[in-house]
Amino acid sequence: MRAALTASPMLLLHPSRGLIDEKFSLIVQNLSRIQDITLHALIHSDDGDYWEAFGHYVSDATGFVNVANDSSLGGTYDGVEPMGLLWSMRPVPGSRIGLRLRKKEVHTPMVVHISVYRGHMSQGFREQVALASVVTERWYMAPGVRRIDITEGGVTGTLFLPPGPGPFPALLDLWGGGGGLVEYRSALLSSHGFVSLALEYMTPRTSGGSTSHVGNEYFEAAFTVLKQHPQVCGDSIAILGLSFGTSVALGMAVYSTVIQPRCLVCVSGSHVQPVKGSLSDVFGEINKNVRNTRYDEENRVIWRDLLLPIPTDPTKKVDVGQLKCPVLMIVGEDDQNWPATESAEDMKEMMEKAGNSHLLTTLSYPGAGHLIEPPYSPHIRASNFMVAGTKQKLVVLWGGETAPHGHAQEDSWKKILSFLEEHLYRSTDVTSQSNL
Amino acid sequence: LLAPELCNYTECLSTMVGTFPLLSVQPTRGLVDEKIQVVVRNLPPALSVTLHSLHHSEDKDLWEAFGHYTSDGQGTVTVAKDASLGGTYEGAEPMGLLWSMQPVPGSRTGLRLRKMDVLSPMVVHISVYSGHMTEGFSKQSPLATVVTERWYMAPDVCRIDIREHGVRGTLFLPPGPGPFPGVLDMWGGGGGLVEYRSCLLASHGFVSMALEYLPHDKNRTSDIESKTYFEKAFRIVQEHPLVIKDRVALFGLSLGASVALNLAAYSKDISPKCCVCISGSHVIPVNKAIGEVFRKMNKDGYKTRFDEEGRVVWRDIILPIPTDLGEKVDMGRIKCPLMLVVGEDDQNWATVESAKDMTQMMRAAGNEHLLTILQYPDAGHLIEPPYTPHFRASNFIMQQTRQKVIMLWGGYTKPHADAQEDCWEKILSFLRQHLYPSPDSVPKAKL
Repeated sequence: MRAALTASPMLLLHPSRGLIDEKFSLIVQNLSRIQDITLHALIHSDDGDYWEAFGHYVSDATGFVNVANDSSLGGTYDGVEPMGLLWSMRPVPGSRIGLRLRKKEVHTPMVVHISVYRGHMSQGFREQVALASVVTERWYMAPGVRRIDITEGGVTGTLFLPPGPGPFPALLDLWGGGGGLVEYRSALLSSHGFVSLALEYMTPRTSGGSTSHVGNEYFEAAFTVLKQHPQVCGDSIAILGLSFGTSVALGMAVYSTVIQPRCLVCVSGSHVQPVKGSLSDVFGEINKNVRNTRYDEENRVIWRDLLLPIPTDPTKKVDVGQLKCPVLMIVGEDDQNWPATESAEDMKEMMEKAGNSHLLTTLSYPGAGHLIEPPYSPHIRASNFMVAGTKQKLVVLWGGETAPHGHAQEDSWKKILSFLEEHLYRSTDVTSQSNL
Repeated sequence: LLAPELCNYTECLSTMVGTFPLLSVQPTRGLVDEKIQVVVRNLPPALSVTLHSLHHSEDKDLWEAFGHYTSDGQGTVTVAKDASLGGTYEGAEPMGLLWSMQPVPGSRTGLRLRKMDVLSPMVVHISVYSGHMTEGFSKQSPLATVVTERWYMAPDVCRIDIREHGVRGTLFLPPGPGPFPGVLDMWGGGGGLVEYRSCLLASHGFVSMALEYLPHDKNRTSDIESKTYFEKAFRIVQEHPLVIKDRVALFGLSLGASVALNLAAYSKDISPKCCVCISGSHVIPVNKAIGEVFRKMNKDGYKTRFDEEGRVVWRDIILPIPTDLGEKVDMGRIKCPLMLVVGEDDQNWATVESAKDMTQMMRAAGNEHLLTILQYPDAGHLIEPPYTPHFRASNFIMQQTRQKVIMLWGGYTKPHADAQEDCWEKILSFLRQHLYPSPDSVPKAKL
């Protein structure tokens, strides 16, 4: 119990309820002058784990610390990092290993406790009483966004609709090999004015006693669900894919007669797959090279070599020279899971030869890994991974170093939104004008 | 470009050029005193549009505001910078879509917009319409809509019902380990338990108790007929384990302000660290029970006037300001910093005259250095947290007789809104200055 005369420092965090990709401002005032303090952030995840980040600061002559201007002298991040308390989070000491922070329930926010402690602390936060603390909510879903389960046409997914009458441009949102139905990116995209369909596709289907991956018609059906939605403008549909999702996006964009995306965003993926092949074919190619699997010093799986070397045989990669729409490729240079950098280079060469390289924009981030997620998500260099279908549990190395990966997520997301806005909200499409 | 009125605008535009208007509001979820940024992009240049806000209140009424704009050369409208050419507000007004809200045509009369449930936000739909519209918004499809939430309660503020020693109120605790300064928050003669201002104060780091002292429920008898009720309430705040004992303030509006002045001057039991008095007067039966206020007002009821619409004007009831010291609070006895907030067009209480008289009394007594007055031309009586819509008059139920009248509060919308925004910032600053002193200023001898 404190002496009655002591006044608490004040923590001013704004906004107190933000979208996941919104920056916040964080000011501590009413400290003593030139006082050592630690700013600490804590999340209790949906999975029941605790994640934390912290930075060491010194107040100025007026007892102020402003995270936007002041330098962290150490902790889980250093330097002037306004959002370091979020993107540098990691599981607290003693946690289970191989964790990944992902929000499953998008109707509720991530709740972050931000506290200020006396002195420069690196552990033992739980045992110490903070000088002050506030809570901020971080939301994937803006108010008014509607979430709808999709089961029509044999397609399994979740549709997110922005508020308002529409019509809106739309996105088919494809995650990667981890499978399942991952909704949060679609919820966030919808909060920015896009109808977005998060598609479950990686779980193998059992039919007639045999298990197989979905065929290309599954993705065509999903695209059609979007195209036929009364609030979607059928000419303004894009595909956003990460990892395996990139394989699907590129393959479909080039070879499908049903799927005609307005533009593509491909994160951490590759064009290497049998031409006109299906998902099963992609797996087949990867499995052929399984002997190329490597392990790091902690026995974590490195899969980047499974598609290397990039084949010269044109039947073994999507003919990107036939792409007719703009493509944004996003690549982490320290990707240990897919050979994204080599693929992007090869794609550029192919497109230059074919004369459509003006459609390609590549964003390449040094020090970033495979899992380039929406901004301020914590970076994890490796995590537990269950191979969809076989239920085999591994620890997979994704790559990347925390600070450059954090910056890559922030920068790429801004550019993704800008790119989507430019091509879906604004572009004058010569093709559709000729239809008038 | 086709005249937008001649075709279904959105269809035409999206088919021809693949263009959709992009409407955004930030923050999507904010505290009620936080500003919003509303921007429309991707319009054709020089297009007439209407920005519209809509709120469905707890009382099930619809409130709206709107402004007329023209998009610039890039097809953008930025509400914070561009001038509204007409509507419920004009000029460059970043928050006009909130403070100029009024009941939609056809609503019941005499409405007041107040949030009674602070655990949920006010939800506001903001839309952009083609053309300069002034009515018929519900029959027209907007070009785009976004939704924003306005909260009185920051995350993790804790709400606690207080029913202790006959005192009835609601306590709000800021998040964090504390300790915190405290506030006893009292509304006016309308009575009941009004929580939102206390909730907002807690969102800014003050433990705040909204006090009910004029229950609407006549069956509930309470011993409010004396100062002791308020002293007990003050002590409940003071003695809370998270409150710093010598940093508790009094905050009152209207009758609540008079109660605050009375307590600050005469109570032997409690000592507020500072006082904020909005739209109040020191001209009340001095040092007596609160019931006396009503008895006195009834006696002077003949001074009630009515405006041209039959609305009740009470401002003359306490005029002229008595010279007899027995008929007003002895302001020379005030020992703590006092902030008075006054609207010059207050039609309910003669607060301007009272403030002038209070100043003179304090000057004569030598404690004028404690006094800060914020006085706002053309603001009315009900000076609420910022961006609350202004109403010049509203339905009112007389406390004693339960008679329904329409009470004239005064004020004109734009100056009243400016007053609310300006004084809230200054009130928070004043409270922080006196209740949250910098640690380096605490005298070393006390440590």
